[in-house]
Amino acid sequence: MDFQAYREIAWNGIWKQNTGVVQILGLCPILAVSTSIVNAVSLGLATILVMAMSNLVIAALRNFIPYEIRIPVFILIIAALTTVVDLAFNAYLHELYLVLGIFIPLIVTNCIVLARVEAFAAKNEPDSSIVDGIAMGIGLTLVLAVLGAVRELVGSGTLLSGIDMLIPGAQAISVFGDAYPGFLVAVLPPGAFFTLGCLIAGRNWLEARKAARARRNPPSVADTPARA
Amino acid sequence: MSEPTALGLSVRTGSVMVAFTAVFTAIMAFTFSATKARIDASATEEKMKLISEVLPASSYDNLLLDDFVTLGPTRELGLDEGGRIYRARKSGRPAALLIETTAPDGYSGRIELIVAIRADGGVSGVRAVTHRETPGLGDYIDPKKDKNKKSPWIAQFAELKAADIPGCKVIKDGGQIAYHTGATISARAVTNAVARAARYAAANHNRLFAAPSGSKP
Repeated sequence: MDFQAYREIAWNGIWKQNTGVVQILGLCPILAVSTSIVNAVSLGLATILVMAMSNLVIAALRNFIPYEIRIPVFILIIAALTTVVDLAFNAYLHELYLVLGIFIPLIVTNCIVLARVEAFAAKNEPDSSIVDGIAMGIGLTLVLAVLGAVRELVGSGTLLSGIDMLIPGAQAISVFGDAYPGFLVAVLPPGAFFTLGCLIAGRNWLEARKAARARRNPPSVADTPARA
Repeated sequence: MSEPTALGLSVRTGSVMVAFTAVFTAIMAFTFSATKARIDASATEEKMKLISEVLPASSYDNLLLDDFVTLGPTRELGLDEGGRIYRARKSGRPAALLIETTAPDGYSGRIELIVAIRADGGVSGVRAVTHRETPGLGDYIDPKKDKNKKSPWIAQFAELKAADIPGCKVIKDGGQIAYHTGATISARAVTNAVARAARYAAANHNRLFAAPSGSKP
């Protein structure tokens, strides 16, 4: 595997096939925990870890897994790895576990993990699979971060509340001051759908603009003379 | 190679499935036993930290975690499977009861609480031990998630004296406990559970302090 191929996979995960706004997969945890940046990014980081591990393990074992029972085996492996991550966090990174703890078991229910295992790791080498897992995870984390930021800002007028649990002494930013009455809809599940809808529309608009530009200026060599 | 029969296929894939299950269960079991000691230690430390938040360390001088009574299923405290009450004493005299109690009617299921009731019947402090209230909405019952760090919502209970217990209801229900608009259910569940614990402590005070440690009163 060369560097170019890795870059292709990474770009695919972060933008072209972004789990949140293009594949629209794994919405349950996205909508449930994106009420603040800290919650959202925490879940994103834990998901990156589990996706990298499950993609790696399944790509390495893919030749031993019979095609007929691949789905039960995938689910077994994902659930086992999630349990191991959960226990290890609890034992060795207890402070972080207090923040992430409730989110880690949610990862089992995130269909994006199973989707990447089925669509990518079952057919590719371990090294590119781990890149795919991390890239897909980063793509998801970015969407989660934006969703969390918008919902927290509109809903409660703060940013980064709860950061002191990750970084002791850090302060949440109160953007609109303490008098901000809050906007409950943003914090409740509909807020997640509204915000996600706007994100999807925004991404589609960017892509459409790019496509329109490409149509106007066909990328042929003759059409782009040097303006020297 | 001929087409495999259904029986042959299920035996073959079944044994592969069993092999995978055995291997990954072993990995989980190994991780569980390797991390158990550390997880238990963190849980005890967590518990002591929580206790120090509801009851100042200066108000008692006994070994709190070793001085408890075990309760069977207790309806009044919402305990379906029983729980513990720790007894704080100062110079041998009753100082406070630390009651494990459950609010069964949280917005997303049960809220486990620890409630410290002073010997005079007032509330010393309350903390949510575990809950699944909506993040960003009902989870202000947990001071770590409460945006108001200076006077978190749950600190209201520490001001309750014995005479205030009848008013230990949310304002909507005619009591004196404030709550966040739009998230009354979480606050009401905690408030009612605290009131129940305070009444239980008042009604059973002598019996609870007299019982030998570790026994069922």
